[in-house]
Amino acid sequence: MLDADFFRRWMTATAAAVEREAERLTALDSPIGDADHGSNLQRGFTAVTAILEKEAPDTPGGVLTLAGRQLISTVGGASGPLYGTLLRRTGKALGEAPEVGVPELAEALRTGVDAVMQLGGAAPGDKTMVDALVPAVDALGESFAAARAAAEEGAGATTPLQARKGRASYLGERSIGHQDPGATSSALLMAALAEAAGE
Amino acid sequence: MKMLINVAETVIADALRGMAAAHPELTVDVENRVIVRRDAPVAGKVGLVSGGGSGHEPLHGGFVGPGMLSAACPGEVFTSPVPDQMVRAAAAVDSGAGVLFIVKNYTGDVLNFDMAQELAEDEGIRVAKVLVNDDVAVTDSLYTAGRRGTGATLFVEKIAGAAAEEGRPLERVEALARQVNESSRSFGVALAPCTTPAKGSPTFELPPGELELGVGIHGEPGRERRAMMTSREIADFSVDAILEDLDPRDPVLVLVNGMGATPLLELYGFNAEVQRVLGERGVPVARTLVGNYVTSLDMAGASVTLCRVDEELLRLWDAPVSTAGLRWGM
Repeated sequence: MLDADFFRRWMTATAAAVEREAERLTALDSPIGDADHGSNLQRGFTAVTAILEKEAPDTPGGVLTLAGRQLISTVGGASGPLYGTLLRRTGKALGEAPEVGVPELAEALRTGVDAVMQLGGAAPGDKTMVDALVPAVDALGESFAAARAAAEEGAGATTPLQARKGRASYLGERSIGHQDPGATSSALLMAALAEAAGE
Repeated sequence: MKMLINVAETVIADALRGMAAAHPELTVDVENRVIVRRDAPVAGKVGLVSGGGSGHEPLHGGFVGPGMLSAACPGEVFTSPVPDQMVRAAAAVDSGAGVLFIVKNYTGDVLNFDMAQELAEDEGIRVAKVLVNDDVAVTDSLYTAGRRGTGATLFVEKIAGAAAEEGRPLERVEALARQVNESSRSFGVALAPCTTPAKGSPTFELPPGELELGVGIHGEPGRERRAMMTSREIADFSVDAILEDLDPRDPVLVLVNGMGATPLLELYGFNAEVQRVLGERGVPVARTLVGNYVTSLDMAGASVTLCRVDEELLRLWDAPVSTAGLRWGM
C-alpha cells in the first residue's frame, strides 16, 4: 500500500529530477517554444516541496491536491495549470484514504490525465505531455518501471510529430524533428514515481 | 549579452519597484505582482483587468489608469501570470459592476484566466472575458493554438477602457471589446531576435541577412524567412497580409508598433510606407499611433495593426486617457 510519505517522496524526487534536468528542458523548449520550461517547473516544484514540508498533509490525496494547487499558484504559463490540474485531480480522485493501492493510483491518475486532456484540448499525437502520460498510465497496471519506460518511449516518439497545440503549433511543419519539452518533463514525473517506489 | 539588471531572478520585482517609484498614481503590489490604479474601485464602474507575460512593456502595466485598464498582472518574462494574481486584481477593482478580463490568445494566458474567472466568480465577482486574437500570420485552424493576440490588445484596452470610464455596463463594455478585436488584424516582422534575462542568449536564430515575416511577440516564427527587405517592401507585404483578411470598408486606426530595439526614426519611416500602401489600396485612415507599445524585449522589428472603426469606436479612441504608456486629452 502507498501512504502519504510515498507521495511526498514522489514529489521530492520530481523536484530533484526537474532541478537536474532543467537545462535540458529549457534547451528542448528553445527551438519550438520560448526557452523557459525548465526554469518554470523548477520554480513550481521548489515551491511544492516547501509547502509539503510546511503543511505536512497526511493522506495521499492531500499531498497531491496541495502540490497541484501550489503549481497552479506559482508556475504560470500553460504548464502551471496543466501539471497543477494533473496532480490536483489525481489527488481529489484518491479521496481521503490514508493509504491507497496501485490500482487505485492508476485509476486516479487516469482521471487526472483526462482532466489535462480536457483542459488543454490535446489528444494523443498532438505532440504534448499527453503523449507521455497516456502510455504511462496504461502501463502502470503492470509495474512502476513499465510506466516509466512507457513515458520515456512516448516522449521520444513526439520527435517526428507536428505540434498541434501550444506555442509549438505556430511552427507548423518546422516543429517536426524536435522532442516535445512537456512530454519530456512528464517522463521525468513518471520516472520519479518509479524512483519513489524503489523500482 | 549585456543587460541593465542585477540578476535574472529579480528582474520583474525590480521593474515593479521602479514603476511604483515613478508612478504614485498607481498602487503596485510588488510581492503579489498586481498593478492597480490608485482610486480603484471606482464606484459604479466596470473594472478592466489584463495581464500576460512580462517583456512586452508598456503592455499591460503601462496601460493602467483612468480611461484604460483598472489593473494589470505581470507574469514572469514571456510566461502567463497565475490565477491568484488575476483574482486579487479583480477583487481590488470590482465596485459591484463586474470585471472584464482582457486575454491575449496564448495557451497559458487562456488557461490561467479561465481558472481565475472560476475562482473570482466563487468569490461573488461577476466576470466577463474577451480573447484577443488579431495576428494574421498564424493560420487559425484546428491544428494550431489559433491566432495570437498582439497589437490589437492596445486598441481593445483603450476603447473598452473609455467605455467603462463612461459608466457603461459590463455587457456593453464586453461587446465593444469583442467588436474591436473582431475589427482588428496585425502582422509583424523581426529583423533580429530577442534575449530573455533567464537565458541570456537569443531565443531564436536569425541570420544577419534575413528577416522573419509574421513573427509573434515572443519571437515565435510566422510565415516565412526571406532575405532582408526594404521598409517599402515590408510595408507592402504586411498591409497586404492584413487586407487579405480584413475588409476595409470603414476608416481604420493604424498602429505602427516597434518590437523594442527598432529606433523611432525607422518606425516613422516605416509608417510613411504603411500610409502610402493604405492610400494605394483605398483604405481611409482615421488615426495613427507610432511607437513601442507591444514589445518583445530587445527584438528588432515592427508590427502593423489596423482596426476598422465606426463613429462610436473612434469617439471612444479619442476619449481622454492617462496612463504611463498612453496619455492624451487630460
